Amino acid sequence: MKKIKFTLNNKEVEVNLSPGMRLLDVLRDHFHLTGTKEGCGEGECGACSVLINGRVTNSCCVPLGNVQGKSVMTIEGYTKTKRYEILKEAFHFEGGSQCGICTPGMILAAESLLSLNPHPTEQEIRIGLSGNLCRCTGYNMIIKAVQLAAKLGEGLW
Amino acid sequence: MVKHIIPNTLLETLEALNSSSYHIMAGGTDLMIQKRNSAGTVPKFSKNVLYIANLKELDFIRFDEKTCLSHIGAATKLEDIHTHEKVPPLLKDIIGDIGGPGIRHSGTLGGNIANASPAGDGLVGLYLLDAEIKITSLNDERIIPIKKFIKGVRFVDLKDNEIITEIIIPSCPFTNYKWVKVGGRKADSISKVSFAGLYKINNGLVEDIRFAFGSVATTVARNVELENSLKNKSIPAIIDELPRILEECDKIIAPISDQRSNKEYRRKVALNIVENFIKELKEF
Repeated sequence: MKKIKFTLNNKEVEVNLSPGMRLLDVLRDHFHLTGTKEGCGEGECGACSVLINGRVTNSCCVPLGNVQGKSVMTIEGYTKTKRYEILKEAFHFEGGSQCGICTPGMILAAESLLSLNPHPTEQEIRIGLSGNLCRCTGYNMIIKAVQLAAKLGEGLW
Repeated sequence: MVKHIIPNTLLETLEALNSSSYHIMAGGTDLMIQKRNSAGTVPKFSKNVLYIANLKELDFIRFDEKTCLSHIGAATKLEDIHTHEKVPPLLKDIIGDIGGPGIRHSGTLGGNIANASPAGDGLVGLYLLDAEIKITSLNDERIIPIKKFIKGVRFVDLKDNEIITEIIIPSCPFTNYKWVKVGGRKADSISKVSFAGLYKINNGLVEDIRFAFGSVATTVARNVELENSLKNKSIPAIIDELPRILEECDKIIAPISDQRSNKEYRRKVALNIVENFIKELKEF
């Protein structure tokens, strides 16, 4: 079987695993990037969100074979960016993170949204984050955090 | 031992399909869940797997001005269809209600069709718009209406050597349309009941009217004879026929009770939605 090559957190990587493996498992078990969580395992909760070519994707539904030649960014890679610093500050300020399990997914969903739409309306933020469940905040604080990040990060997205 | 193939071109895909039987893996949002195994292990595939999500030849949206047909590649991502200006607005709305962004960024329209779920939202729009499906094999190509392609629950008219390559959608002028999805959550839910309706008024008469239900039968329920019987009538005349319309709709739906809802609720809600659709008909 041919090796699968892709870019992971801005580094070229090559793996010799079955293309049928879930990207989620490859990230957690092979690369030890455990910021990507398994929640429901069926694409409903968004805890496993990663960016594939910059767009938020549920890594529990993605076979490794589908990321051949693509760019995958997990929360570990994203924390090295300026945009992350802004989102972190905004989430802290608004109380957008409590237990934290949804937070990596929420942050990456927010990045995916802001990269396409730097000045989203409240409704657009709600749609952008609609694939990510949070059982702590009641969402409003997360929505406010993304609104704040869009303001603080003016020009970054 | 299951074989995994990642073809680089459509030709390689067709050659592979011609030589063996495969699970065709597009976005994976249905197949990866259906074949799910314990964490850390390869899903339980019973056949070889062919990965077609990244085939550029199947990723396109084109609108032909001459024929007024939209052509959508089978591996085009749902979110790209949802946000494309040339896609019929009804279909854009429907596709925007499938899953959440993370699902729409990987799920494909071809996959939504091939999965043939009774709750497949995309199918409701495709039935209503009289979409046709282009099916390709190494030596042949055929185009058939979606209602002939879908033969039952998770059962489609696709041979081992064939693949869906394109969805062709005739443009459909309308005065108004309605899309209703009833689910457990506002987003990222699987429909309990869904409904799409569309009509065109010309000189006070209904020139075209179409409506269909999802999740209340083995596949999309649409009654073209009933629609035809309402054409060239005025809006008040159609509203007068509401009891007959509801009776006819009642005959084409056969909801079941499952983990998401029950048959009584589904029937009641489906009929309420079509009733509202008819009562809300307006000239502009």
